[in-house]
Amino acid sequence: MRSRLYPVFKYTVIALWACFVAGPFFWAMTTSFKNANAVQGGPTYIPWVQYKPTLTGWRNIFGGAGGIDVIDPFINSAIVTIAASAISLALGSLAAYALSRYRFKLGFIKNSDIVFFFVSQRIMPPVVLVIPFFYLLQWGGLLDSIPGLVIVTVALLLPIAVWVMVDFFNGIPREIDEMAMLDGCPPFQTFVRAILPNSLPGLTVAAMFCAVFGWNDFFFAFRLTFTEVQTLPQAVVALNSSIPPWWTLSAAALFGVAPLILLALWVERLLSKGNLSGAVR
Amino acid sequence: MDGLRRHKSMFLLPGLLTLFLIIIFPLLFTIRVSLSGWNVSNPRMDFIGGANYAAMLHDSRFWASITRLILLAGGTVLIQYVIGFGMALLVWREARGRRFWRVLFLVPMMTTPVVMAAIWQTIFHESLGPANDLLGMLGLTKIPWLTESGPALVALMTVEVWQWTPFMFLLLLAGLLSLPKEPFMAAAIDGASTWRTFWKVTFPLMAPVSVAAIIIRLIEASKLSDSVYVLTSGGPGSSTETPGYYLYIQGLRDQQTGYGGAMSLTYLVLMIVTLTVVAALLTRAFKLKGDS
Repeated sequence: MRSRLYPVFKYTVIALWACFVAGPFFWAMTTSFKNANAVQGGPTYIPWVQYKPTLTGWRNIFGGAGGIDVIDPFINSAIVTIAASAISLALGSLAAYALSRYRFKLGFIKNSDIVFFFVSQRIMPPVVLVIPFFYLLQWGGLLDSIPGLVIVTVALLLPIAVWVMVDFFNGIPREIDEMAMLDGCPPFQTFVRAILPNSLPGLTVAAMFCAVFGWNDFFFAFRLTFTEVQTLPQAVVALNSSIPPWWTLSAAALFGVAPLILLALWVERLLSKGNLSGAVR
Repeated sequence: MDGLRRHKSMFLLPGLLTLFLIIIFPLLFTIRVSLSGWNVSNPRMDFIGGANYAAMLHDSRFWASITRLILLAGGTVLIQYVIGFGMALLVWREARGRRFWRVLFLVPMMTTPVVMAAIWQTIFHESLGPANDLLGMLGLTKIPWLTESGPALVALMTVEVWQWTPFMFLLLLAGLLSLPKEPFMAAAIDGASTWRTFWKVTFPLMAPVSVAAIIIRLIEASKLSDSVYVLTSGGPGSSTETPGYYLYIQGLRDQQTGYGGAMSLTYLVLMIVTLTVVAALLTRAFKLKGDS
C-alpha cells in the first residue's frame, strides 16, 4: 500500500526538524568555547578544526573576571520555582478536588464557571499585572525579595495546577472516595489517604508544568526584583544588553536551561507510559 | 448538610481566595489608574475621566501593534499546529529511535524563552551569525535579519515556532497515544488508504485535543513580549512591536502609568473577546469536520 519512498521521506523530514530543533543548542555549545577572536572571525562550528577552544566563557559564569556569577541566581530561581510550585500544587489540588467531587452553586455560578475563572487567569498578560504588583509589593515591603516573587509567581502557576488536576481527579473513580468514607474517614483524610496516593501521575504532570513556567518566568523577576534577588533568566538577559561577550552568554544560557533539558527526558517517560493523556482530555 | 458545605469550602476556598486576591487588586488598580493622569512628572491618582482612552483611539502605534499581534499569533500558532501534528504523527507508532526523537522534539518548550531568544539573536547576527552563513552555503544572498522590518518579523516568527511547536507536539502526541485502537482496525479491514484513514478517523478523533491545544497556544501567544524585548526590542523602528511590548515601553519604561493602564484594559478586553469568538468558531469548525 505505502510507497517505497515513504520511509525515505519520513526520516528526511524527521532529520530536518531535528536539525532545526537542535541547532540553537549546538550553536550555543560551540560558541561557549570560543574567545573574542574566534567569534569575530565569522561563524565557525567545529572546535580544534576551525577554531581553538578555550574555557573563558565557562570560567566567566562562575565569577571569572568580567563575567557574572550564575550560582546565586540559580539558587534564587530554584527557591522561587520550588516554593511557588509547591504552594500552587497544594492549593490547586485541594480546589481541583472540591471542583471534581462536590457541586457548587452560587446564583448562576456553577462548577464549570469556577474552573473557567481559574484557567482564564492565564490570559492576563504579565505586563498588565506588573505595575499594580509593583505597588502592592512595595506596600507590603516585599519588593526585591524572594517571598514577593513567590506570591506573584503563584498567580501564574495556580491556574495550571487547577487545570491539570481537575481533569485528573475526574478520571479517578468515585468509588475510592466512597470506600474511604464508609470506613469512617472524614473528607480531608479521604483526600490525603485515598486520593492523593492515586494521583501521583497527575501531580507529576502538574508539577512539571509549574516547574517549567516558574523557572522560565522573566518579566515579573525583571520588574519586581533588582539587586538583592536576581533570577537566572534575569542574569542571562543582563549579559545580552551590554556588548555581548557571546561565549559568556552561551555558557550562561546552557547552564540556565540544562535542568530543563533533563526534565524533557522525564516528560517523555510519562508520555510513553500514557500518563499525559489525562491532562489533555 | 452543614458539615458537607463546610468541607466543600475548606477544599475550594484557599486556592480560590488566593488567586482572587492576587488578581483583583491589579485589576481594580488598573481600572482606576486608567482614569488618572498619572505619569512620570505627575505620579498622582487624580481624575481626568476618559482622556487616556481618547488619546489611545488616535495612537496608531498601539493599533498597529494589535494588528501585528493578531497576524503573528495566528500565523505562528497555525504553523506550530501543522508541524506539531505532523511530527507527532511521524513518531507516533512505528519509527526507528522514536523515544529519542520524542525527547529531542520536546526540549525547546522546556527552555527559557528569553534565554533562547538571546541565543537566537546571535544566530541572526548579520555577519557573525550562522543563519546568514547557512544561506551563503546554499548560494543565497545575506539577509539583514534584525535591522529590516520584514526579515525581523520572520526571525521573530522563527523563534516562536521553534520555542512552542514542541508544546503542540506534546499535547497532540499525548492525544494520539490515548486514542482507542478499534476505529483504526475497522479502517484497516475496510482497506482504507493512509490518507483516507487520517481524514476520516484520526483527524476527527483528534478534534477535541486539537481545539484545546490551539486555544491554549493562542492564549499564550497573545501575551508575546519577552522574546520581542530580547530579540529585536520592538525594532527596527516599531516594526516588531506587540501590544505587550508597547505597553512595557509606555507604562513601565516611560512611566506613563495612567495611559498604560488604559491601553492595558483595552488590550485585555480585546484579547478576551477575540479569543472567546475564536474558541467558539474553532469548536464549531472541528465539530462539523468530525460529523461529515
